[in-house]
Amino acid sequence: MASAEHETGGATGYIVHHLTDLKIGEGFWTFNLDTLFFAGLLGFIFVLVFKKAAESATSGVPGPLQNFVEMIVEFVDTQVKDSFHGRSALIAPLALTIFCWVFLMNAMDLLPVDLLPGIASLFGIKYLRVVPSTDLNETFAMSISVFGLIIFYSIKVKGPIGFAKEMLLTPFGPWMIPFNLLLKLVEELAKPISLGLRLFGNMYAGELIFILIALLPWWVQPALSFPWAVFHILIITLQAFIFMVLTVVYLSLAHEDH
Amino acid sequence: MSITATLFGQMITFGLLVWFTMNFVWPPLMQALEERKKKIADGLAAGEKGKHELELADKKAKSFLKEAKDQAADIVNLAQKRANDLADEKREAAKQEGERIKAAAEADIERAIQQAKEELRKQVAVLAISAAGQILRREVDINKHKEIINSLGNQLGQV
Repeated sequence: MASAEHETGGATGYIVHHLTDLKIGEGFWTFNLDTLFFAGLLGFIFVLVFKKAAESATSGVPGPLQNFVEMIVEFVDTQVKDSFHGRSALIAPLALTIFCWVFLMNAMDLLPVDLLPGIASLFGIKYLRVVPSTDLNETFAMSISVFGLIIFYSIKVKGPIGFAKEMLLTPFGPWMIPFNLLLKLVEELAKPISLGLRLFGNMYAGELIFILIALLPWWVQPALSFPWAVFHILIITLQAFIFMVLTVVYLSLAHEDH
Repeated sequence: MSITATLFGQMITFGLLVWFTMNFVWPPLMQALEERKKKIADGLAAGEKGKHELELADKKAKSFLKEAKDQAADIVNLAQKRANDLADEKREAAKQEGERIKAAAEADIERAIQQAKEELRKQVAVLAISAAGQILRREVDINKHKEIINSLGNQLGQV
């Protein structure tokens, strides 16, 4: 759908227009500028705010910003401590980054669907998708990174031989090696794919509903978009939370020696 | 909707964010939280200690108070005893003084009686002698009968 020309207008044109990325390049070497820009911007905002809080962090009475940041950090830390029992300097900051970044990207969903694309069109930018997590590239970038960490920690903790043994000998023992390997491969690959697709699917569907609501007469829109937006506050937080928790759980599994 | 090189861009962004968070955001925040936790724990411990010390001081104060009360009671008892003793002593002294005065008075009386007796005896002897003299004037020669008169006087003195 991304390649079609759709200057034709009408409902289909409107939807397709809203789901087309602003991109440069050809074929595989296409860069979705809007995804890169918004994800980078939101990541930058996240880092900026948290860095500011971290710089002025005091063990005394915390200010409002520090309070807010500490609340999130403690929440993430509790989740990580609950599911991950090893010692790792990476897991907790990783979880925090995922939670906040995904949440911010998802939260772009709550902006009116035509707001930023409308402003952009004034500057001659034809297409703009403001929710990076409705781009498969974004969700898979994270889930594949996490997958890389899973493999890395599996090998680091269990050793190359231990990892190979786990891949080949479980769950059915040495007589079923090919079958074991197949089963394990599916199991491992299912992790990044489900992780990426879950977030993408939820956000894409949510955004699509907003676009559909935007197609209705203006006097119907508030009655539908308001409840959906309220519901979406839950969805965006939940999806960010799920992504974070599953990452921690997967990495914790990678640390466990069977 | 296809997987493109955007993926790599996003992975790099993601990696940078995680790296940054790991190095510059997480440690100071965690440190602050740990420090606050420690501060609160210390504060609670200090509070607990203060409470304990207060209890101890309370106990001590009570024991001091009890001791002081006991001491005061002791002192009062002692004073009372001393007062009683003193009163007894005074009474005893007064009694002794009375007895002494009485004895002195009795002795005086005794002496007076003795004196009176002596006087009387002497007068009786003189009287008797003079009476005897008057009766025996003519027949008795003073010088001749001096021995008898003397022995008579002595016998009278022994009465």
